[in-house]
Amino acid sequence: MRFMMFMYPLPVDEDWKPSAEDMAAMTRYNLEMRDAGVLLALDGMRPPEDGASILFEGREARVIDGPFAEAKEVVGGYWIIQVRSTEEALEWAKRCPGVNCRIELRPMVEPEDLPKQIQEVYDYNLHIGVDDPSAPGADAG
Amino acid sequence: MAGPTDARAAVEAVWRIESARLVAGLARLVRDLGVAEDLAQDALVAALEAWPRTGIPDNPGAWLMATAKNRAIDLARRATTYERKRDAIAHELGLMMAMGGASVVAQAEDEVGDDLLALMFTCCHPALSVDARVTLTLRLLGGLTTTEIARAFFIAEPTVARRLSRAKRTLREVRADFEVPAGAELQARLPDVLEVVYLIFNEGYTASSGERWVRTELCEEALRLGRILAVLAPREPEAHGLIALLEIQASRLAARLGPDGEPILLLDQDRSRWDPLLIVRGVAALRRAEKLPAPLGPYGLQAAIAACHARAPRAADTDWVRVAALYEALAALAPSPIVELNRAVAVGMAFGPEVGLALLERVAEDPALRDYHLVPSVRGDLFMKLGRTSEAAAEFRHAASLTNNESERRLLLARAAGKLGDDGRPQSRHSAG
Repeated sequence: MRFMMFMYPLPVDEDWKPSAEDMAAMTRYNLEMRDAGVLLALDGMRPPEDGASILFEGREARVIDGPFAEAKEVVGGYWIIQVRSTEEALEWAKRCPGVNCRIELRPMVEPEDLPKQIQEVYDYNLHIGVDDPSAPGADAG
Repeated sequence: MAGPTDARAAVEAVWRIESARLVAGLARLVRDLGVAEDLAQDALVAALEAWPRTGIPDNPGAWLMATAKNRAIDLARRATTYERKRDAIAHELGLMMAMGGASVVAQAEDEVGDDLLALMFTCCHPALSVDARVTLTLRLLGGLTTTEIARAFFIAEPTVARRLSRAKRTLREVRADFEVPAGAELQARLPDVLEVVYLIFNEGYTASSGERWVRTELCEEALRLGRILAVLAPREPEAHGLIALLEIQASRLAARLGPDGEPILLLDQDRSRWDPLLIVRGVAALRRAEKLPAPLGPYGLQAAIAACHARAPRAADTDWVRVAALYEALAALAPSPIVELNRAVAVGMAFGPEVGLALLERVAEDPALRDYHLVPSVRGDLFMKLGRTSEAAAEFRHAASLTNNESERRLLLARAAGKLGDDGRPQSRHSAG
């Protein structure tokens, strides 16, 4: 089973920044998950003002630039883990040395979860990141 | 809110995360897998009893270890229930504990890693049969129950239990040392450990029968073990090569079986169903193997072949020249008639059917392949590409007579009757592709 863990920093104090120890603890946690063979991927996000929101009202796309004062929570980063049960995922999430944050644990959709007619048109492999120009033989494709 | 079932599941989740490290640490101390496992189990029972009341402690791993060690000291004190040898071990442990105090509980991280690796090598000890290695690894490193192992391998639970106790007895008899082998011995024994992880994966991957989730479970277990191994033995190209191979093969899990559970061949699979995250991870692991000074081993080369397929958006885009070269390297390193046969297919794709056919005729002389249906099947393929249809039909009929698989036989007979395109696929798809 795969889970995505979203980390939402809680804005308790505008100026609060994680300390060096907090960062080191987080690195230890990430390494622990890697060493246990459960961590598939992780990334941290730059602040929302470096990005944008694209709002679809109906089918119309509208770009909204920051600041996003109205947003109560913004994603700070994510982990993708592969575990045997929901409880194991919960246990890993609880071990996160988080400070002032909320972690949302969400099981990821497995292809067989989708209805058959959607499975037929659902292309979740766009080969992104696979075709690497430095890779031998990549130019043959 | 949390009922007793939830609490139990939570303890089991902790167990799942901690058991291998716990057993590994205890085995190093008591030098006996049976005793280590008993002590770890006792600690689990204590946790199941205490945690639903007290909540899960902040450092559950340390709690379990401390509990197991206290239990060991108890056993040493009233050493009447254990065999003599076990008494001695437990007694020795008691002395160590008394002298070392609680400091052994807080181990350095790399020591924990060493313990785990030592446990892997012990579970894959040369004195054990391959079946015993697989079972012991799943039990002690994967934390699977005997019930789960029995279900995964379609064997009776008592058989699993017997296999486990016999394995532990053997390790006791040969005085397995619970250390990571050093230098040349590590090189000599690493393939045994890698093989066990590979076999666990294949058990889940190749069998088309059985409960599907159990099969997926075995593949995921092997992936987890393979990832751990690559972290613990980062300078071994084959550790990275193996996990690269497994990640890429696992990326095809959703595409390799048809709606009725029938296997779909690699070139016929719907590549949009391949898992891109696992492909990226596999290719990255392969790159790590390639960056090491030692050349790729058999797993690394198989991973490189798998990566060629993974990189091709469509089957027609496959870099067959490179696949053929990799098979040649693999054949030189780990000669096998099956590798040669695959090489003949790749050579035929890369350099034309005549060249493939010439190689195939050399390969077919191997007595091991005399009654192997894929030889005439591949020959039929190559004849077909050369337009020699009646010879091709004869080969397909011969192949059909050699296979035990009903759906394969039907496919071969259909090809013999010229009902399929010259690549063996239905005509409509062939003309579209």
